[in-house]
Amino acid sequence: MKAALDARTLFVVIVVAGLVLMPVYTGVRGDVFVLTLFTRIVILAIAATSLNLILGYGGMVSFGHAAYLGIGAYAVGILAEEGIGSGFVQWPFALLVSALFALLVGALSLRTRGVYFIMITLAFAQMIYYVAAGLDRYGGDDGLTIYARSRFAGLISLSDPTQFYYLCLALLLASIAFTWRLINSRFGMVICGSRSNDRRMRAIGFPTFRYRLAAFVIAGVWCGLAGALLANHTDFVSPAMMYWTRSGDLIVMVVFGGMGSLFGPLFGAISLLVLEEGLSRVTEYWQIILGPLLLLIVLFARGGIDGLIGRIRRG
Amino acid sequence: MLLLLEQCLNGLQFGLLLFLLAAGLTLVFGIMDLVNLAHGSLYMMGAYFAATFVAWTGNFFAGALLALAATLLLGIVLEMIALRPLYGRDHLDHVLGTFGLILFFNELVRLVWGPAGLSLPLPVALNTAVDIFGIYYPAYRLLIILVALLVALFLYVVVMKTRLGMLIRAGASNREMVGALGVDIKLLFTLVFGLGAALAGLAGLMHAPILTVQIGMGENILILAFVVIVIGGIGSIRGAFVAAIFVGVADTLGRVLLPDLLRLVLSSTAASTLARALSSMLIYLLMAIVLALRPQGLFPVAGR
Amino acid sequence: MADANLLELDHVETCYGLSQVLFGVSLSIGPGEVVTLMGRNGMGKTTTVRSVLGLTRTRAGSIRFEGREIRALPTYRVAKLGIGLVPEGRQIFPNLTVRENLVATAANRAGAGNPWTLDRVFRLFPRLAERGESKGTQLSGGEQQMLAVGRALMTNPKLLILDEATEGLAPLMRAEIWRCLAGLKAAGLSILLIDKNVDALTRIADRHYIIEKGQVVWTGTSPQLAAASDIQQRYLSI
Repeated sequence: MKAALDARTLFVVIVVAGLVLMPVYTGVRGDVFVLTLFTRIVILAIAATSLNLILGYGGMVSFGHAAYLGIGAYAVGILAEEGIGSGFVQWPFALLVSALFALLVGALSLRTRGVYFIMITLAFAQMIYYVAAGLDRYGGDDGLTIYARSRFAGLISLSDPTQFYYLCLALLLASIAFTWRLINSRFGMVICGSRSNDRRMRAIGFPTFRYRLAAFVIAGVWCGLAGALLANHTDFVSPAMMYWTRSGDLIVMVVFGGMGSLFGPLFGAISLLVLEEGLSRVTEYWQIILGPLLLLIVLFARGGIDGLIGRIRRG
Repeated sequence: MLLLLEQCLNGLQFGLLLFLLAAGLTLVFGIMDLVNLAHGSLYMMGAYFAATFVAWTGNFFAGALLALAATLLLGIVLEMIALRPLYGRDHLDHVLGTFGLILFFNELVRLVWGPAGLSLPLPVALNTAVDIFGIYYPAYRLLIILVALLVALFLYVVVMKTRLGMLIRAGASNREMVGALGVDIKLLFTLVFGLGAALAGLAGLMHAPILTVQIGMGENILILAFVVIVIGGIGSIRGAFVAAIFVGVADTLGRVLLPDLLRLVLSSTAASTLARALSSMLIYLLMAIVLALRPQGLFPVAGR
Repeated sequence: MADANLLELDHVETCYGLSQVLFGVSLSIGPGEVVTLMGRNGMGKTTTVRSVLGLTRTRAGSIRFEGREIRALPTYRVAKLGIGLVPEGRQIFPNLTVRENLVATAANRAGAGNPWTLDRVFRLFPRLAERGESKGTQLSGGEQQMLAVGRALMTNPKLLILDEATEGLAPLMRAEIWRCLAGLKAAGLSILLIDKNVDALTRIADRHYIIEKGQVVWTGTSPQLAAASDIQQRYLSI
């Protein structure tokens, strides 16, 4: 058991060290592309980590999580368009709107389970997509360009790729630490417990609905933060950010990496995006490979990367 | 007033197409407990097959029939190769696996037919208008309504009056017992899936002349089909019928009436922006209301 | 000699996941025999039935029906060979009417001379004839039990398996079921009965098996069982 832990811990240390040192490498090589790619990976890893809380640990298959990416991004974009460029205003606003939407959707959807829950979260996310596409003032279908990144009164300059990257990385590590604290608290116990046996949890006396709703909102808010980061990263927001297939991508990251594992979402984000990059160099039609690959992974490697590593020592 | 009637007919037509899609989806979920996101891909393939076969044969009806057969075949092959391993698994596995299939089909279409959309022109015979109660209504849309109603009737007869239908309904409540009484469940599943695929393909090929046939067309309408079966009650074909008509009419009328209604109280630009946003949201708001009142849908299936 | 048996289990082992439930169950049923399988709850009676039908995967042993090995066959194939199941909990199809329940899975694969038809089942259970168009959910417990039996009979089986067919039924209803089974026996049908009512079972059945903790611990004829009150005490908590 300790040996298995070591393999996993070693892997995590290597990956995190690699991420921390990445800008050094790209600075030396002058490779902006890789730094940009990894910034994107880190941001999406934050989104995936937030989803992992409710999906990996809580068993709530939310197929509308990309909505929060979009909401966070649009909050920043809309405020920027209206002349409010301060991050101190934009980002809390993004978090607030995400929280409200998550509260609404969660209150309605969490009464249901299973397939109903999946379809309902999907539908609500798609609803927000259509709303965004209808906002002519803010670009509608074509999207909205952001001309200046969020300003933080000189504390940090998001226009500097390296500073921005480290901010994202710090927020990612904070998300993972936060998830760890949450899961190992009583709150986390209820969330994990109600995944497998909701009735028993309620019998013991926990108002599971409230707990799950809270987790749902937390996950939404955290993903909204990732959305705000994403808007700054791409200097652009569009409804496509929350198209339902993007929610699917997030789920893939969580499952790829290993559900209910702390660093799984990060592994998943790295794998998926690197795989996409790699495959797209091999062929323009890389999704023809990715699609069936996904199916095969679902059938044969359900534990994801985390599961595979865990087996290194045992097998 | 006449405009309203015309829009109601449009809504009915759209609703019936949604029904074809939703019926297949709910049938497959009801009896096989399979969440199939790739159902929209079958709809798309029906449309693409139709555009291709009609161009090849030069005959609309021949092309349509070939497309239907091709989609049915595709559905059966898909079920046997890709979906059988998923039975009995977590719904999350279904979602992920079939999501992968969506990616595959979208890319396959891009590879074979290219990224630009296709169009499927109507034959001269169908490209006319018919006088109904004083309005000139496109003959083709009437044909869609007619065909879809006939299919709905056919489904009703099959599910409620035939032995196959009894087995489908029995299997929806207790799959294991049906097998224990000597019925080959695997074969039943393949048949049901084939039926669902044919329905999706039919919806796609009928819809094709009205829209552009393009990559990803399945996903947009799939969400609506999900909304329909959530409102109607997952597993219930009757529920899918009622909900589909309801959603079709509400969506169509909403888009048409809302701008005018809002213009009564707001300025023109504010009205049209708000109308755009609201009419997109309308269906989902309706779904939310139904869920708040009856979480299991309008016609929940017993025994689940 | 062994092949003269209709159904023969030989050291069958079955597991549910990681826990083993059957530790080598052996029993046999001859043509025209009524045989019982008794034991307290959780001892493996239903698991044995499920193993025969292939509803639960077996790990080892042999199951032969009419001399043919059926252990690895899919459930529907086993049923088609001529085994009719009346399961624990009746499990009639709630969203089908009585008629539909009977007709949906009906068959006459062996081409039997005087087959079970809808008419014949309705004559056996007049109550069902009256309730022909009622949905499964609208039936009482006793009616559901009759329906479950009728449904299995409609497949014209050579062997009928009834798992706890009188559980939860009123005494009058139970008596009717026993009467019905006696009639079926007289008609030559082979029956495997799982039940707890020792008195009724000794009257109708030829031989008995008692199963405890996944193994057969006693077997004998009805007179032998009636005489062995210590066995009854020990394994059946009478």
